[in-house]
Amino acid sequence: MFESSLKQLGDALRAKKISSVELTQLYLDRIATHNPELNAYVTLNPEMSLAQARTADERLAAGSAEALTGIPVAQKDIFCAKGWLTTCGSKMLHNFVSPYDAHVISQFNNAGAINLGKTNMDEFAMGSSNETSYYGAVKNPWDKTRVPGGSSGGTASAVAARLCAAATGTDTGGSIRQPAALCGISGLKPTYGVCSRYGMIAFASSLDQAGPMGRSAEDLALLLNTMAGFDERDSTSLQRDKEDYARDLNKPLNGLRIGLPKEFFAEGLGSDVAKAVEAAIAEYKKLGATVVDISLPNTRLSIPVYYVLAPAEASSNLSRFDGVRYGYRAPDYTDLADMYEQSRSQGFGAEVKRRIMIGTYVLSHGYYDAYYIQAQKIRRLIAQDFVEAYKHCDVIMGPTSPSTAFKLGEKGDDPVQMYLSDIYTIAVNLAGLPGMSIPCGFGENDMPVGLQIIGNYFDEARMLNVAHQYQLATDWHSRAPQL
Amino acid sequence: MQWEIVIGLEVHAQLSTNSKIFCGASTAFGAEPNTQADAVSLALPGVLPVLNKGAVERAIKFGLATGAHIAPRSVFARKNYFYPDLPKGYQISQFDLPVVGQGALTILVEPLSGNAKPYEKTVRITRAHLEEDAGKSLHADFHGMTGIDLNRAGTPLLEIVSEPDMRSAAEAVAYAKALHTLVRWIGICDGNMQEGSFRCDVNVSVRKPGGELGTRREIKNLNSFKFMQQAIDYEVQWQIDTIENGGKVQQATILFDPDSGETRMMRSKEDAHDYRYFPDPDLLPLDIGSDWIDAVRATLPELPHDKQARYVNDLGLSAYDASVLTSSREMADFFEAALGDATAQAKICANWIIGEVSAQLNRDGLDMAQCPITAQQLGGMLTRIADGTISNSGAKEVFRTMWAEGGDADAIIEAKGLKQVSDSGAIETLVDEIIAANADKVAEYRSGKDKLFGFFVGLAMKASKGKANPAQLNDILKQKLAG
Repeated sequence: MFESSLKQLGDALRAKKISSVELTQLYLDRIATHNPELNAYVTLNPEMSLAQARTADERLAAGSAEALTGIPVAQKDIFCAKGWLTTCGSKMLHNFVSPYDAHVISQFNNAGAINLGKTNMDEFAMGSSNETSYYGAVKNPWDKTRVPGGSSGGTASAVAARLCAAATGTDTGGSIRQPAALCGISGLKPTYGVCSRYGMIAFASSLDQAGPMGRSAEDLALLLNTMAGFDERDSTSLQRDKEDYARDLNKPLNGLRIGLPKEFFAEGLGSDVAKAVEAAIAEYKKLGATVVDISLPNTRLSIPVYYVLAPAEASSNLSRFDGVRYGYRAPDYTDLADMYEQSRSQGFGAEVKRRIMIGTYVLSHGYYDAYYIQAQKIRRLIAQDFVEAYKHCDVIMGPTSPSTAFKLGEKGDDPVQMYLSDIYTIAVNLAGLPGMSIPCGFGENDMPVGLQIIGNYFDEARMLNVAHQYQLATDWHSRAPQL
Repeated sequence: MQWEIVIGLEVHAQLSTNSKIFCGASTAFGAEPNTQADAVSLALPGVLPVLNKGAVERAIKFGLATGAHIAPRSVFARKNYFYPDLPKGYQISQFDLPVVGQGALTILVEPLSGNAKPYEKTVRITRAHLEEDAGKSLHADFHGMTGIDLNRAGTPLLEIVSEPDMRSAAEAVAYAKALHTLVRWIGICDGNMQEGSFRCDVNVSVRKPGGELGTRREIKNLNSFKFMQQAIDYEVQWQIDTIENGGKVQQATILFDPDSGETRMMRSKEDAHDYRYFPDPDLLPLDIGSDWIDAVRATLPELPHDKQARYVNDLGLSAYDASVLTSSREMADFFEAALGDATAQAKICANWIIGEVSAQLNRDGLDMAQCPITAQQLGGMLTRIADGTISNSGAKEVFRTMWAEGGDADAIIEAKGLKQVSDSGAIETLVDEIIAANADKVAEYRSGKDKLFGFFVGLAMKASKGKANPAQLNDILKQKLAG
């Protein structure tokens, strides 16, 4: 049952081979066994999950079930879910029970999916190892001394360890793709604006995008069908016709032009990762694709640009956490300014504070033009690189991350080393493009390697097709870690 | 030494939308604290702003009414600072790209003292931009703590910034009043100053005539024209005294205390915030096409200044009368409805409204909208004055009755027997009788004692029981006495 695809689960539920309550309980039991070690979930609420499962069973019995009705889905703790503790991995929100549902959550609720629990994450999604969570590091199920990646590390770990059927993540600079790669699962960051950001706690508003994480491209297509859609409460949500992201899954790949950016295969890339990615490209050639050499010349600038823009937006987005209306307030303070200072210095972790300070600095009078404005200009150049590239290819491929999962604590003291692990993913967010990661083998220490597939705007259906065809021809995505 | 006063105003006009500028919560005044604070007003984690079109429409209206350029693209920016009644930790405002560009307002200035004549002046408006209001901090009743009411948080404001074009308190007050009239006139703001719907910040400096601009101090949040004048008078004198005593005016934000009549320092320039403005990534740039502008233009009423010109040029009214009649849209509407097509009666109609009607309203503490007599009723009475049915004294009687008891002029004239005798035959008979009965006086008159004319008028009026048409009576009497 734990190896079933979402489609198989849905069929089994509709055929009454298993009830949603039974399925949910199976997962809850498995979570109870393995989560203490993996720390993938920060909040479980079996009562609420099972209540949803009972409702789903009624719907299944009534014959009005949809594709995901009755299926347990884990939610990254960045999504506000009514009645659920929603912490965003921070002490600041240790006591925040959301009174409302994020758009993504209500989309799942409307589809009859079960909220199985809230998954751990880097604090306010700031991190690439899930070590910045106030609720402790998450372990990579392939090697529990290693990180799962971040910031959607709890989700990646839970999916890889079969502690949920599927889950959600968010991706600001690689937070879906990098942990997907490090945990050997599939993850998709859609085009900016495809999934509403309403109710998703903001890190960097112009980059944040929710997306599905699961065990196969086929599963991701079903999840995205539920998650995507216009929402008038998010001004950056795109008003487009509803599409079926699974529609092209079975198209053959003959004639597909794959762009390989030379900058993604240069210095800094681990040889084990390079080998696995090259093998995947070879597999694609067998499937009928052709390869085109392309260049994304401004790739190297994406990290500095990102670390100006994302902290700038974050410094402002996180101002609402002031201890006044909800969340953490310091127990002792002398006056208003002291209350702010104490609450925020005690409530936020080191990485969050670092980024708030960077962001505050780059927006300050006298520095704004040199940093923020300059970064925005380069952001446009980076986006332009992709426009140029897509004149010559249909999708772009390369490694998701320069290395496989590193050891817990290995990069903790060196933020710049940590930031470099997002070198291949960040440009995609800056350009607002869709990107995904699928497993394509194993590197050193038998840790999974991810293949990144970057599509043109709104090309999610094609990317899923490209990923699915590879997954029909290979079995990397069905490998499971021994727990 | 002579000093020139330099004044510029920043006015916050609360726009009369039913819901807030970035969410659907109500803007109604006076509700129980925090009952109009929804998730967005509370700045819960994950919520997003969505622009209220009605607020934009009102801004466009204002721009058109002041002959300003409406920006085809303007941008919302975040103004970052911490305060407990600012729930997001930033205010959404507009910074370098406001929706309304440079415009102007022509005002009629009535000097406050002496016999100087009213004069016209054009004040340039630098810009007007949309922003959200903050909530309120309540310090009373909380025993050393502060209560926060977020009902007002997110109320739409139009901040209207003038050039430093005013040269006296009288000019500043005239400008503020004209603006106050205009925003109500075009229906974008209820103008209620007690409720804070129209708040003025006044920048004051002094300089030697023709010299460089002096250092300004900003008097915050004046909510009455009387206080504005007092505050400016006090501040100007304070600045002059400071400079003449060898001191220097330091840039500062100050408050006016109506009880003491003095201004006092709120914060100095050194305490000024670095607001770290940057474009709000949650909101798209505001694009306003010419279609939208044209549609708004079609809803604009004739503006006060255009009306004044028409009253002077077409109706022959004085500039003063025209200005008083256009001091509110209600008054102008009343005037025009009372006048109807009888444009020849414009002066007498204006006199009645500026005189009797305004005086009565004043006495009864009513405003124009609450006037107990309708414009049509007043118009009916004016018609009867014009066609000689009633005399002026009869009209006063009609007006008093109308005010107290209602009813149309004709009915009152009938009921009270106020119709004057305009039948020349009847008057001639009456005059003949008087001449016959007073032969001695007639002889005296005819021998040159002109003063006796009044004696005959008195007798004739008495004989007609006051109803003889005075002009007609005069003519006939003169003719008959002449022999």
